[in-house]
Parts: sequence; structure tokens; C-alpha cells
Amino acid sequence: MAAVQWRSRGRNYEAELQRCRPEVALVEFGDYHPLKPIMVTDTKTRHGARKGSTSSSSSSSSSVPPDPLSSMLDGTDPLSMFAAASASETPAISRSASAGDLGRKRKEKEEEAVGADFEPWSSKRGEILARFTTTEKLSINLFMGSDRGKAPSPGSSAVSEKVRTRLEELDDLEEGSQRELLNLSQQDYANRIEELNQSLKEAWASDQKVKALKIVIQCSKLLSDTSVIQFYPSKFVLITDILDTFGQLVYDRIWSMCSDPRPLPDSFTVDDVNDTAKETCLNWFFKIASIRELLPRLYVEAAILKCNRFLNKSGIQETLPRLTAMIKGIGDPLVAAYTRAYLCRVGVEVAPHLKDSLNQNFFDLLGTFRQIGGESVRKQLALQRVEAPEYLTLYSPAISWILQCIAYRAPEPLLTEMMERCKKLGNNALLLNSVMRAFRPEFVADRATDFIGMIKDCDEAGFPKHLLFGSLGRSLACADPPESERLTILNEAWKVITKVRSPRDYVNCAEIWVEFTCRHFTKREVNTILADIIKHMTPDRAFEDAYSQLQSVIRKILTYFHDFSVLFSMERFLPFLDMFQKDSVRVEVCRSIMEIFIKHQLDLTRDPVILNAMLHICKTMHDSVNALTLEDERRSLALLIIGFIRMVSFGRDFEQQLSFCVEARATFCNLEPVLVQLIHTVNQLAMETRRVMRGSHSRKTAAFVRACAAYSFITIPSLSSIFSRLSLYLLSGQVALANQCLSQADAFLKAAVSILPEVPRSISVEGKLRSSESFLLDFTNNFLAMLLVVPDHPEHGVLYLVRGLLNMVQDYTWEDNSDAKVRVYVSALPLLAAMGQETYVYSVPKVDSNETLYGGDPKFLSEINKLCETLIGQILDHLKVLGRDEGTRRQGALAFSLFGVLLAHGDLRNNKLSQLAVNLWNLSHKHGHCEPRVSVRTLEFVKHQAQQPDMSHLSDTVQRLTLQSRT
Amino acid sequence: MSVTLDIRLKRANKVYREGEAVAGVIVLACKEPLQHHGISLSMEGVVNLQLSSKSVGVFEAFYNSVKPIQLISSNIEVAKAGKIPGGKTEIPFEFPLHTKGNKVLYETYHGVFVNIQYSLRCDMRRSLLAKDLSRNCEFIVHCQPQKAKVAPTPVNFTITPDTLENTRERSLLPKFLIRGHLDATHCVISQPLTGEVVLENSDVPIKSIELQLVRVETCGELCRGLRDVCHGLSIPIYMVFPRLFTCPTLETTNFKVGQ
Repeated sequence: MAAVQWRSRGRNYEAELQRCRPEVALVEFGDYHPLKPIMVTDTKTRHGARKGSTSSSSSSSSSVPPDPLSSMLDGTDPLSMFAAASASETPAISRSASAGDLGRKRKEKEEEAVGADFEPWSSKRGEILARFTTTEKLSINLFMGSDRGKAPSPGSSAVSEKVRTRLEELDDLEEGSQRELLNLSQQDYANRIEELNQSLKEAWASDQKVKALKIVIQCSKLLSDTSVIQFYPSKFVLITDILDTFGQLVYDRIWSMCSDPRPLPDSFTVDDVNDTAKETCLNWFFKIASIRELLPRLYVEAAILKCNRFLNKSGIQETLPRLTAMIKGIGDPLVAAYTRAYLCRVGVEVAPHLKDSLNQNFFDLLGTFRQIGGESVRKQLALQRVEAPEYLTLYSPAISWILQCIAYRAPEPLLTEMMERCKKLGNNALLLNSVMRAFRPEFVADRATDFIGMIKDCDEAGFPKHLLFGSLGRSLACADPPESERLTILNEAWKVITKVRSPRDYVNCAEIWVEFTCRHFTKREVNTILADIIKHMTPDRAFEDAYSQLQSVIRKILTYFHDFSVLFSMERFLPFLDMFQKDSVRVEVCRSIMEIFIKHQLDLTRDPVILNAMLHICKTMHDSVNALTLEDERRSLALLIIGFIRMVSFGRDFEQQLSFCVEARATFCNLEPVLVQLIHTVNQLAMETRRVMRGSHSRKTAAFVRACAAYSFITIPSLSSIFSRLSLYLLSGQVALANQCLSQADAFLKAAVSILPEVPRSISVEGKLRSSESFLLDFTNNFLAMLLVVPDHPEHGVLYLVRGLLNMVQDYTWEDNSDAKVRVYVSALPLLAAMGQETYVYSVPKVDSNETLYGGDPKFLSEINKLCETLIGQILDHLKVLGRDEGTRRQGALAFSLFGVLLAHGDLRNNKLSQLAVNLWNLSHKHGHCEPRVSVRTLEFVKHQAQQPDMSHLSDTVQRLTLQSRT
Repeated sequence: MSVTLDIRLKRANKVYREGEAVAGVIVLACKEPLQHHGISLSMEGVVNLQLSSKSVGVFEAFYNSVKPIQLISSNIEVAKAGKIPGGKTEIPFEFPLHTKGNKVLYETYHGVFVNIQYSLRCDMRRSLLAKDLSRNCEFIVHCQPQKAKVAPTPVNFTITPDTLENTRERSLLPKFLIRGHLDATHCVISQPLTGEVVLENSDVPIKSIELQLVRVETCGELCRGLRDVCHGLSIPIYMVFPRLFTCPTLETTNFKVGQ
């Protein structure tokens, strides 16, 4: 093909800009706005007004069509709809759900009725199971299975067959064959109980009500067995789960018997219950009343306490005190205490307003307290080799629960009375502990000094004192004691805590008190406490077993100390951190510190204390990164470190800042995002320097910005992501150029060009492999735009960098079947055209671009034109290739974009160019792939251009551009 | 061909008092129309007596030849011979609960030697090839509640080794003292027996304290205390009378029941 002669169109950017500025015309703000909803307010309002009283505003608002997004969702979004549905599931539907789920759901609802501030049993459950464990072997003694070989008793022949089988079954409850499971581990035991729970549900579902009752009775009998006493609280939890299930099953069954026409409302009365249901309910109570043994009778009756609602109004009210009194018959104090806890639990759930029996339970409990130290208990403990303090702690869940029920929303005088009663019992530590845990923290806090006195008076041999102080500390962590007493309280408490020998007990208690200390005191006191903890936990590496507590100490301190200069000025803080020697824990701690730092450090800082400490912490995090670290983990660590780097500022001391960056680079070399951030920081530093110097550097600052450039230049190659490198090279080059560091800028750009061949064809973006082509195109376009202002290097040829780039583009192995290379060529044309102008469209202050260097030298211009001609030649070749294959669509698009370039940048007075433009137009329309609207617009634009001065030649061209006729 | 015959009483608890009407329905369910030779319904109340071997000789006891005493008996024909349509058929009925002559309707009671039982029996006679069907249904008769209120007379009791009766070696017994009281000596049968028991002292640990309801036969037995009960603490007595197996103290010419 004959070489095309390129002539750039001369541009007068100033004039063009002037022309482009819109004429100043008053814009009328019409009513129309595309984003405004279409309103037909007019007619409607009038309509409403005629109607009379209806307010016009409401009718007009109703005519506004709803937002299309929200209207699609019909008001509520599906997620909240589901949530709402599950929250207010109608009983009728939930009835069909499995009974267990249902029970749980219902239970939750009832606990709500008590109030959200009441800590429900379900939250205690797990705690108890986790706390009271044993390694000893357990056994389950069940008297189950039926022994049908018995001879009918005389005279019973008169009793009907049905009655007799019933009676026999009931007898079996007590005299069936015995099954004993020995040597169970704790887990086995829990599994067995769960099996029983399942078989209870199965028996119930298959209408074997008697078997179900049998299971429940046998299970509650297990509660009278106090062998392996350490496990008793957990056993209680497991077995009362079964009782709860049973109670719920019975209740649901009777409930469903009355829901024949429609389900009973939640607030039903006795009158709503039909006779059959009442009779069934009564039968259950009679059956249970005839259980021979006291403990199962008590437990099972308590389990179905709620069913009293079906029989009469005052049933629950009368039953609770009776059951409470019956518990007195239980000899073993531990068993009795837990039975009381269960009764209180059921009572609070079923009839939260009946407080009296709760109180009575507690007073009865106090009445039997002397039993705990009694002969039989002592014998039992000796037999099981359990120490008295451990035995006493077994009581605390039960007593705490009872007290919690009592103390819930209880009036102050009642609490005071309770406390007095406890005092009378000779400052029993166990009680005291439960009182402190169960009563309102405010109540305890107000009397903290009293409590300390009481704790001191307690018998050292009984209940461990650190537990008492732990409970007190827990209350003080949420409620404030009178200000004047605070220091005394802390001193008194710490005096005891510091004497605790066992590191485990010590740290458990100390951890609680840290909160109180942080709340009310300064860093001095906290520091002292930290020192004390270090002292206790260092010997024998005791800290290894206490990481979670130590972590919680850190968390508490961070909640109260947000000023990091104060925090790090605590001498013992960093030594405290040194105790975290397990990598994962240490990193986690560092991470939590960093998170708080980023959240609360609002001002930039140069405080050496903070910087040192934070560098240390960040280094710890950084050093935890290894080959196995997950990508997410790396990213989040990097984000935290970056957050820190961004907060560091030395103000005008730029050199210090740079040396900080040098140090940081050395420290965080494994985390690329951090390095990227550092390069940005340094670039910013250079620009900041420039701003301070108002663009003209002194010798010193010039040296400094060169140092910055050098920093970036040697840091960038260590990055592995090619596009980070490319864009940072470009950015740093721009910064260098802005700071008049010509050779540095040159070096950056050269480096960028030289690594272009390394760009892989596909890169992974967020874990997915994607073609890198579009990224590369973006980059080259960016790069080309930059090249306009970069002056040619005196030792290299004209347009050295442009040629370099184009050569790289030519040699790069592009994807097969891709126009990317040619697209780069097309976008290089405007650059070259811009370079040929007398005045460039933009320039860098105090940097002479090629316009000044060459001053429009014809040789330079002809170089440019030659280059353009080569490029156009290449493009046209490519177009030809496309035409041969199936690429007509691509051909059209490419031809059209070249046409655009010619139109905008080429001098169409030249016949050949203008002919080329016309040809390209025709080519692009040849196969009809062109968007007609774009063509029309382009034509309009050309016509408009033709009216401009010096552009009249375009009107000839326009004549020759024909629109594709639509068929 | 399956057919089911059932008697359903109107009252769920099946408890009736003298003078009331025992009402209900006979429910017949069959798939196809059913031929029968008549359906009848009878109500019967009988006292069955058995001689205790303690009071009479072994042989007499063995032959327990005491004739049952009929308290009430009536019979009605529900349907004449004919056909019942397929599906579910309900035939309502009603019996007045009245005695003939000077007989008394005693309360239902199931004991070992005395049984007082009331029942409804429905018979359906059918042709030779098919078996006759019959169905029994027990109902319970309670006395009219007493009009006059008996003032409860509480009673105190004390149990020591000395007060025990059927012991052989009094000296072998450990020392103990149990005090207590019952709220009433005469109990209303529908109300539980209540009272308190206090273990004042005891030389040996208590395994359990049990309360036994004694009637002609041994009946309910409830455990009051478990293991070493706290000394000096009052433990409530509370016993629900098993309604089927107890009845108010009753004395008649032929038999008596007491507790």
C-alpha cells in the first residue's frame, strides 16, 4: 500500500478551549428531572379537593409511583420478611414442627416475658457443663424394661383388663428389671442421657405415654445419686433437659387437645379448656402423685407445673409452696439445693410473678445450711476424696441461680434483708459468693466495702477467697462503687489477690479486677497491676496456660486506654506482651492492639514512644507471616500495618520521615501492600517538599527529592505484582518529573518500558484468572499521555521513549486474534500529533518539554510524521487482515476509531489523508456493524466543525461521507 | 367385614352421682351396611365380695362363695333387629341413676376383697354366622358431697421406739424421736391428706421416711424423706388419695370398707 502522508492538524488549544466553554446562559430549572418520579399530582389533587375533607397532600403523595427498587420487593425486603416470619410464627404452624424445636422456641418466648435483662438458664447451661467435669467413671442405674411374668394379684380379676395392664405398667416403673451401666466416661454419660432424651421423644411420638413417664422417672431418680459428686451439677443440667422436654411434651399434648376448633390463645383461661383435656391433665397429676419416691415425684411434678394452667387458676400458686416445702424432705443438701434450683427455674418460667416461693426456697436453703458441714457429708467427701472447697463450689450454680431469680427486679429492702440473713449465718463464704454474683451489680457496688469486710471474716478453710474476690470484681466491673472508697477497695482486694499461690486461680481473679482498675484509675495503678501479673505468671512459664485470661487483660486495658502515648508509657505494657509466646496468640494480641490504634488514633503522631512500640508490634505481626500464611491473613495484617504507617508523620522533618520509611521497608519487606504504601508515602513526601518550596527546590531539597526517587526506584523492583510495579514506576516518574529530576524520571520510565515484555498474558484478579490485556491497554494509554511532557534525553535519539514503548508493544506476544497492539498504535497517533504542536496542551512547571527543546524544528516534525505514517501503515495492514477473516465487525470498529483519530488530529486539507478518512468511513459502514446513532452524531460534529474558521475544507469531506441507507 | 362398637360417655371423667343421668352415645362404625338381630344396652352396679382367709377358713376363702350383691340394674333395647347403614352411626342413650327400693348406691371402689363396680354393657346380637358383639364400659359413681362441713380436728403424734407396736426386740431399736401432726383425722376424700412430720433426733442416719396409706389392702405408699434428713425440720405430709382404690369409710350390713 502506498505510504500515507501524515500531517498533523495544527491546534490552538486556547481557542478550542474557549470555543468549548459553554455560553453563559441562564439555565431554566424546569420541573422536569429524569430522576424525579413521574407525578400526576394535578388532576388527582383537584379530585381529592372536590371530595372534601381528604387532605390533598395525602392524595398527591399516593399518586407518586413507588421507587421501582422498593416496589419490586413489595415493601419489605425478603431477608427481613423471613426474619419477621420466623419471629412471629403462628402457633398453628409451629405445632407441626418437631416437639423439641417447638419447646425450645416457646421457651425462648417465655424467657422474654421475664425480660431481656434476666440471664436465662440456657446461658448458664453451657457454663456449668464446661466447668463441672470429671475424669472418673460414672454409672447409670436404670430400672426399666418390663417384667411381665408376674402372677396377677388376687381379686384383681374384677378389675378390667385395661386397668390392670395400666397398673402393671405403673408397677414396672418401680420394679422393672434393673439395668446398670458402669464405667462410663463423662462423654458416654452425656451421650446416654441424650439417648434417653431421644427415646423419650420417640416413645411419646409412638403414643407410649407410660414408657415416656417411666424414662422421666428413672432419669430423675438418677439425681439422687451423688457418687462422683464433682459431676453432679453437670448431671443436673443434662437430666433437667429431659425433664424440660417431658414437661413441654405433656403441655403441648394437652394444649393440642383443646385446640380443636381453633388454637387456644396464649392467654387462655381455665374456661377455655374442655373436659377431656382437663381429665387427661388431672390423670397426669394423679399418676405423678402416686410415684413412690420423693425425688422423682418432686421433679416430675415440677416439670409439668405449667399444666396446672389447664385445671384451675390458682393451681401454680398453690403447688409451688407445697413443692417447696416438700423439698425439706430431701436429706442430701446438694441434691436439695439443686432441686430448689430446678423448682425456681420452672417457677420463674411459668409464673414469674410468684416471688414468695422463691424467697421461701432460699430461706429453707439457709435453714438447712448447717447440714453442709454435717457428719454424713463429711463422710461422703472422705469416701470420694473430694476437698471441702471443691465441694462447696458445687453449690454455687444452684444457689446463684436461686438468688438470681430472687434478685431479679427485686426491691432494695428485700436484697438487704437477704444479705442480713446471710450475715447471720456466720458469713458463709459460699452464700456470700452467690449473693455477689446474683444481686444487681449496683447493689453490690454500693456496699463493696461491707462485702470486703465480710469476705475477710470468712473462714479461710472453706470457700476459696479468690473466688469471692472474683465475684466482687465482676460486680464492680459493671457498677461503680462510691468514689471515695475506690482506692481502698482496690488495695484491699489486691492485697488478697496477690497472695493467691496457684497461677491459674491468680490470673482468673486478676483478670476480673483489671477492668475495675482501668475504669477508675490511671496508668500508674494499671502498670502496677501489670507488673504484679508478670511477676506471678513468669515463674515456670505459667503464662502458657493462661493465654486467654492474659488476652482478656489486654482487651480490657484497650477498652479504657485509647491514648496510646499513655498506654505505651506504662513500663510494664510491653513486657506484658512478651508473655504471649505462642505465635498465634501473640499475633492475635498485636492485631487487637492495632485495631484499636487505627480506630482511636485520630491525629498523626511522631511520638517516639508510640512509634517504637507500634513498630515492635507491627514487626511481630509481620514476622508471623510465612509461606503458609493465607492470603486473607496477609491482607488483613498488611492493612493493619498500613494503617499504622499512615498515622506516622514527622511534620516538616521530611528527612526523618524518609528514614522512617527506610526503616519500615526493612522491617516489613514481606508484605507487598506495605511496600506499596511506603512508596506512596515517599512520593507524597516528595510532592509535599515541592509544595513547601513552591516548586523551586534549593540544593538541599533537590537532593532530598532525588533521595526519595532513589528510594522508590530501588523499592519497586522488589514487588512481585507486575502491574503494581508498572503503575508505581509511572507514578514515581511523574513525581520525579514534577520535582525536576529529569534523569530519575527517565530511569523510571525506561524501567517501566523494559519490564513491559514481562507482563503475563493472564493475571489473577481476586483469585480468578483474567486476561491482562485490558490492564495493559489502560497502562499504555496512561503512559502515552505522560510521554508528551517528558523531554527527550540528549544522548538518545528523537522520541526515544515513544519508540521504545512502540517497539516493546510490537514485540510483545499479544493474545492471538487480538487488536490490542493496533489499538495502542491508534492511541499513539494523538500523542504524536500533540507532540507536533507549537504549544503543548499541558506541561510540567519548570520542566522544558520537547516543544521548547526542539522549538518546532522541521526535522523533529518530520520524524513525528514518519512515525505516524509507519503506524498508520501497520494499522491499515491489520485492517486488511481482518477483512480477509471473519473479523468484519472488529474491522469496522477499528476503522471507525482510526477515522475518529484522523478527524480530530489529522490535517484533512491534505487530499490523501482526507481520502483515507473517507475510505475508513466507508469501510466501517461496509458491513453494517456501525451504530447508526454514532454515525449521525459524528456527521453532525463534522458539519459543525466545518463551520469553524480554517476548517471549511471539512465541508467537502462531509459531502463524501454517506450514511448507510437503512433497508 | 369389620365393625366396631364403642360406648362413649358424655362426661370425660366418667364420674356420676346418684340421681344424675348417665348419658352418652353408642358408636357403630362399619364399612358396609350391617345386618343384626337387635342391640341392647344394660347398666349394672355390683358389689363383689371375697372372703378374707383371715376371717374365715382357708377353704371358704378358696371357694369365695359369697354371692355378688346387685345394686342397680336396668336394660333397654337400643335397636330392633334390622340393618345399620354403612359408615358411622351414633345412637344416643341416657340412664337415670336411681336405685330400686332401699338400696344404696355405694361409691366405686376397687379393693382386694371388696369391689364395687358400675358398668355399661352394650350387646349386638347377630346371625349365627357372625359373632355377637359386646362392649363394656365402666363408669364411676361418687357419693353426693356431704353438706355439713366437718370441722377439721388436727391431731398430734409422737413416734419413739416405745410407741412402736409390732416390734419384737425393743432394745435393738436405735433411739429416735419423731413428732408431727395431721391436719385432720377425718379427711375429705377428694382433698389430699396433709400434715407435718419433724424428725427431732435419731441415733442413726435415716434412709427414708415413708407414709403408708393402710386400708384393707396395702395401697399407696409415699416416700417423705430421703437420706439423712435435717433434724428438727418440719417435713410436710401430703398425700393424694388414689381415687379408684379408696373410698369414704363405709359400713353396711354385708361388708365394710375403712381406712
